[in-house]
Amino acid sequence: MERTIYLDNNATTMVAPEVVDAMLPFLTGRYGNPSSIHGFGGRVGKDLDIARDRVAAFLGADHEYEIVFTGTGTESDNTAILGTLFYYRDRRHIVTSRVEHPAVLSLCKKLERDGYGVTYVPVDGAGNLDMEVLRSSITDDTAIVSIMYANNETGVVFPVSEIGALCREKGVPFHVDAVQAAGKIPIRVNDIGCDLLTVSGHKFHAPKGIGVLYVRRGTRIRPVLYGGHQEKGRRPGTENVPGIVGIGKAAELAMGHLSEYDQRVRGMRDRLEKGILARFKNAHLNGNPSMRVPNTTNIGFEFIEGEAILLYLDQKGIAASSGSACSSGSLEPSHVLRAMGVPFTSAHGSIRFSLSRFVTEEDIDYTLSVLPEVVDSLLRISPFWDKEKKEGKPVTL
Amino acid sequence: MWNYTDKVKELYTNPKNVGAIADADVVAEVGSIVCGDALKLYLKLDENGIITDAKFETFGCGSAIASSSALTEMVLGKSIEEASKITNQDIVAFLGGLPEEKMHCSVMGHEALSLAVAKYRGEKIPDEIDTEGEIICKCFGVTDALIRKVIRENRLKTVEQVTNYTKAGGACGSCIPRIEDIIEEELAVAPAPEKERGKQPLTNIRRMQLVEETIQNVIRPELQKDGGNIELVDIDGKTVYVALRGSCANCVASNVTLKNLVEIKLREFVEEDIEVAEAK
Repeated sequence: MERTIYLDNNATTMVAPEVVDAMLPFLTGRYGNPSSIHGFGGRVGKDLDIARDRVAAFLGADHEYEIVFTGTGTESDNTAILGTLFYYRDRRHIVTSRVEHPAVLSLCKKLERDGYGVTYVPVDGAGNLDMEVLRSSITDDTAIVSIMYANNETGVVFPVSEIGALCREKGVPFHVDAVQAAGKIPIRVNDIGCDLLTVSGHKFHAPKGIGVLYVRRGTRIRPVLYGGHQEKGRRPGTENVPGIVGIGKAAELAMGHLSEYDQRVRGMRDRLEKGILARFKNAHLNGNPSMRVPNTTNIGFEFIEGEAILLYLDQKGIAASSGSACSSGSLEPSHVLRAMGVPFTSAHGSIRFSLSRFVTEEDIDYTLSVLPEVVDSLLRISPFWDKEKKEGKPVTL
Repeated sequence: MWNYTDKVKELYTNPKNVGAIADADVVAEVGSIVCGDALKLYLKLDENGIITDAKFETFGCGSAIASSSALTEMVLGKSIEEASKITNQDIVAFLGGLPEEKMHCSVMGHEALSLAVAKYRGEKIPDEIDTEGEIICKCFGVTDALIRKVIRENRLKTVEQVTNYTKAGGACGSCIPRIEDIIEEELAVAPAPEKERGKQPLTNIRRMQLVEETIQNVIRPELQKDGGNIELVDIDGKTVYVALRGSCANCVASNVTLKNLVEIKLREFVEEDIEVAEAK
């Protein structure tokens, strides 16, 4: 296999060729600093404006100045939460979920150690947010509600519009981590009713190292970094011009490909998923099948371990990801699957396949054709499968 | 991505001796599906106690499969006496090394072997696998006996190392204070570095090595628990110059830290008359 079948697009994506083309001039001749008075630098500022307009359109923002360029999704998440806390000094409570990305969860754990109260809203077995807990946990002391749009491991989509309405009613700022939604489903900040929203370029075919924080006009937020006047002082530091131009182009492309995600990519994902679930009796789906981004499926294989599956798939030229403890080095399986109550037994064998528009039907055929060999050879090694077989429950067809 | 050796890759790709032995003389099962890895070892022995067949079944990651395969290859043709001398370090050596975080895979292989040997000899099952033992890590069911044994055999000094070798403390972390106590007790009992001191004066080179080791393995992990860190700046005779970093750097108690932690530990592990000074 010289080509990698890349089914790990929730980890990162290929930079689209059009994005590379758009960026190249800014990595070569047009290296000026947009803050310069001279035309050589100043002209670059126009390209930043174009990129900002494109991202504003991509998110459905009313004004281009609501778009703040940052370094990463993690930086945007941290800025949204810390910047809000810096403004509302007297509010000492945060509401988030148990299944957030570490960019939010680790920060909340740190804030807890600093004396903040944090409510981690639980999820049910299908990964759906417990809206009752969320509703009742918001108090006068709550500084911010931060909830993800779509989960990175299961792809489950949360009812962010409903949460947005709730936050408005209670007068609490609402941040949405939309990193895993961007490019896969439409994002309309006014429909969501959020004050802050995070996306990351490299999840939708822009390069790594460029993030966006949407800040609704009038939102009270203090900067986390101090320095120059860039991004209206909300994120100082000389602009990552190639990255910004790249994410602008990627945003424009993504809008044009949303229906392709809804149709073609969803079709391939469903075919892969159905194919696996029909073929392996030890496989089951993690996450609400009807409330998901169209590119993600998370499948638990019982009696075999996730890292071993990934290593075997890797040898077949297929790149995927796992919530298994062993693949991460944390020794504990995915916090998302554990929060959903997925038993250890199958959390250890969970595999995430995440597609993009660059995946082909042939890739899906190939994956489905090699999976039986991978799963069967690991089942043959497994001490648990035999036990099941003796009890008259064959797991493979 | 883990940095597996070619031997590990070869053995998880094409593991040897996979399967069950229907008429095995000994079957030893360790771990459980809840822990994320488990190994079932089957041995067949002749009338002279020589292992003539060894097979395994494993649930686990690449290095668990490779460690199991290695174990079966290592015991084949050996007497039970010879096999009982194999340690987890021997398994690691056979594999050409394992990532630190994966050391517990070799420990699991060794556990299965110990259990098999005990069963064959009709002995009482060793303490560390005995469910009667005191379970320290409830998440992974790790007993204090196993933790102590692994600390002694591998000269472990930090909780992180214990977690890498046994998984204990790797999930909820509530047993970490207990593991710290055990490490402290074991270090007091088995004073490997103490042999170095007191006997004869240290050479400059040896003193520098010991200072570096002690900072790396004992002092830094302690400071990192509170978000701090330490940098060794210079060693001049018996005076050690260090700089405190991270949260320690601005801590009002930094001088106390220098005297109470850094100096005490260096005196304990290196030489009794070491002086510690803060590098300006």
